[in-house]
Amino acid sequence: MSAPTDREPAVEVVLCPDGPALVRSKVSPVDVVIPTDGSASTRPVSALCRCGRTGRDPWCDGTHKLAGRRRRPAEPATGKDET
Amino acid sequence: MHLPAARGPLSARLIHLLRRDQDGESGRLAHEAESEVAEEEHSSPLTDIDHQLSLWIIYELSFHGFDDVDDQWEWAPEVAGLRAVLEAPFEAALRESAADWLARARAYDGDVAEQIFTLTEEFDEGPDLSRFIRREATPEQVRDFLRQRSIYHLKESDPHTFVIPRLTGPAKAHLVELQYDEYGGGRVGHLHHELFAATMRACGLDDTYGAYVDKADAATLASSNAMSLFCLHRRLRGAAMGHLAAFEATSSIPCRRIAAGLRRVGFGDEAARYYDEHVEADAVHEQLAAREICGTLVESGDVDASEILFGAVTCLALDARQSEALTGGWEQAAEPDSEAVPAGAAS
Repeated sequence: MSAPTDREPAVEVVLCPDGPALVRSKVSPVDVVIPTDGSASTRPVSALCRCGRTGRDPWCDGTHKLAGRRRRPAEPATGKDET
Repeated sequence: MHLPAARGPLSARLIHLLRRDQDGESGRLAHEAESEVAEEEHSSPLTDIDHQLSLWIIYELSFHGFDDVDDQWEWAPEVAGLRAVLEAPFEAALRESAADWLARARAYDGDVAEQIFTLTEEFDEGPDLSRFIRREATPEQVRDFLRQRSIYHLKESDPHTFVIPRLTGPAKAHLVELQYDEYGGGRVGHLHHELFAATMRACGLDDTYGAYVDKADAATLASSNAMSLFCLHRRLRGAAMGHLAAFEATSSIPCRRIAAGLRRVGFGDEAARYYDEHVEADAVHEQLAAREICGTLVESGDVDASEILFGAVTCLALDARQSEALTGGWEQAAEPDSEAVPAGAAS
């Protein structure tokens, strides 16, 4: 990883505790493209899954909330469309 | 859209007034409404259809208006007076109904964003409507659900746009960012309320704005009215943003289930597209709304955390009432020995 610079970063990544990584262009809206599978997001901000359970890989679909975060009693966290 | 049919003496008098040209003639409507509202004592404004329809009509003057109503009525003193008379007991009832969960939410660990996420996980009132739609709902029950939801979804996000000029700094920038996505990133045909209209058409429903107001129950109108109340009053901007955060944080997973339910009953991909879109969109929006809008509003000292949590609880409580009203109607219509919808986490 290179050292921080004084330049305004072009892309900002926000790591949400117990949640996804938000990716945001600081310059102008850009498409986020994942080269390995060609999936793309054209949103002003995109959320990348960090828990590995999403059914919409690589994008967050909120499934991390079914994972028994904190004191919530266990609920099956099968990740995919469990209903 | 034309004025709906009256559903009680209050809405009848309001509709009678609005049908006239706005000529500055002084009306006594607010005064009359005060005694009308006082007589509602036996029922809550939250469940009184006449109260909710009257408020909805007045708020609608600030959104789409009515073909048969002079636009001048929006700011007419008589209407403003009546609106205040209807809003005061509505807000009081919302605060009363939110009190228990608000006290719990304020005691949760972490900052306001964490408290919102914990609240949405812990809140367990109302039937689990999205799971019912995923597994069991009939095509006509799905249509019932869409008819009720159309009252808000056909103007989705519009109330929150009124809040933008009331915020400053990062919270304002992030609300604009969120709204831009709601409005399809500026692409015609991709506005989220346009996607919902497409869902309605694909399910054989009328997508005309306001087409199902006459079928809307008090809970549905109260949900829509709460957003208008919060978003049209600067002093309630915190509640407006808390409501938004709770709405977004209870959307992705239920939307995935509803999309699956629409496909299960055979309405197809075009019908499910609105819900497919919201799985990913709201996974982003919940983070933006809870952390970057509500979080920064509280950090900057602009808004008190308890107002944000009041809005969040109100969103969940009214959603539970809406689900109860729908499933209660289905249970009544069903055979006496049919199974009730299982209670579970709110969706």
